[in-house]
Amino acid sequence: MNENLILAETPLVNKHKELGAKLAPFGGWLMPIQYSGIIEEHNWVRQNAGLFDICHMGEFMIQADLAKSNLGNLVTIDLDGMPFGACRYGFMLNEQAGIIDDLLVYRIAASEWMVVVNAATTDGDFAHLKKHLTGATTLKNVSQSLGKLDLQGPLSADVLEELAGPGIRQLRYYTFGYFKLLGEKIIISRTGYTGELGYELYMPNNKIPQLWDKLLSDKRARPIGLGARDTLRLEMGYSLYGQDIDKNITPLEAGLGHFIYLDKEFIGKASLLKQKQNGVSRRMIYFAADSRRSPRHNYRIVYKGREAGAVTSGSFSPSLGIGIGMGYVKDKIALGEQVTLSENSVSINAKVTEKPFYKNGSAKSGEIK
Amino acid sequence: MIIPDNLFYTKDHEWARLAGDKATIGITDFAQSALGDITFIDLPKPGAKVEQSKWCATVESVKAASDVYAPLSGEVLKANTDLTNHPELVNKSAYDAGWFAVIKIADLEEKSKLMNSVQYKEYVQGLSK
Repeated sequence: MNENLILAETPLVNKHKELGAKLAPFGGWLMPIQYSGIIEEHNWVRQNAGLFDICHMGEFMIQADLAKSNLGNLVTIDLDGMPFGACRYGFMLNEQAGIIDDLLVYRIAASEWMVVVNAATTDGDFAHLKKHLTGATTLKNVSQSLGKLDLQGPLSADVLEELAGPGIRQLRYYTFGYFKLLGEKIIISRTGYTGELGYELYMPNNKIPQLWDKLLSDKRARPIGLGARDTLRLEMGYSLYGQDIDKNITPLEAGLGHFIYLDKEFIGKASLLKQKQNGVSRRMIYFAADSRRSPRHNYRIVYKGREAGAVTSGSFSPSLGIGIGMGYVKDKIALGEQVTLSENSVSINAKVTEKPFYKNGSAKSGEIK
Repeated sequence: MIIPDNLFYTKDHEWARLAGDKATIGITDFAQSALGDITFIDLPKPGAKVEQSKWCATVESVKAASDVYAPLSGEVLKANTDLTNHPELVNKSAYDAGWFAVIKIADLEEKSKLMNSVQYKEYVQGLSK
């Protein structure tokens, strides 16, 4: 990809520059990678509250009656079973069950939905929905006018309460509500990509800079770049679209079958059922290195002396102080088995492990077990 | 950007501090800043022979692994083992506590291929344009 192509900018690009951020292209956008340093920012989110500019992601507003449209066929989520005010994670699949995108669906009312998608796939997702949606539906791409900030970390409720009121504490994990902030009634969901207690705030773009400043005026909150967002999500074993999953990989191969609701029809279901019956030819594994040395994207995964696959994501884990990663292998490799991750002269010993790597996240704190 | 006067520099942002027939080597402040948080360093072992402009160490940051090339040829006398558990010393002190190795210089003539601090400063300024 030519990085000199014109990059889109969020409403906060000048704020990032003033804060001394390192900016780089991501998904067609010029985004802040780090401010003070990835490790410091990562640790701040694990212990305090971090604010992320996520205005690059896409949002669609959809009106569709499930009985009179085929919206349910376009995602793997049980839309019918969703209470109003709930969020669900799932996929849009192609006929081969490859992942067109991973997404969040918000049920606003019986026939009213918000769908949140990845930045680089926004236009393609929209085209797919437009092409396949039938029945009396309206579909609007509001990505250009709706911004998003993520506030994540164990202190995020304390910080947000000052602005949104005590009602924010009533939000349970994977639910959302409307809150009045800066004169706007906006959607805030208790969701995120870090494993910590956290919120995603959907605010019109013209008020995003004001919201950013207001949240950062609380010294418990600091700006966090995409570098730490990546290490935080990898410690949780969350997949990154375009790197760990894509249109040639199915949710079963990715180990994400539990986000598939099979008791309905949807595009890709036939292929998925076939794969379920015949078994997958590759599967995602997670591994922890025995040192600070870190596996990287495309390092070979060697098992019992033979090449078994390749690393899709790998990094140093600031919380654990070791290298961690994930990748696809053709063999069935049990938890606890040894693998070697290598490239040229580099050879890293690692143990296959379960996810999440980091087990002390506050995401579900306060939930009734 | 710190660029001490008394050192010699490469285009790949390594430095060498010469003292008699020995040289202490490391990476520059520009390099550590560009790499970000350094998490691991694979250092050359004492006794190993390194060759000017050839691989001699690997530096890993959170984002990537990068090769380090020897500013001069010679035999490694000592490696900075403090970096094994504290690679962040290179971020904090690239020219002092964050040194990589001491080598016995094989050929002092190779110094002519290195930049002095004034030349390196100009070179770095040219990169950021």
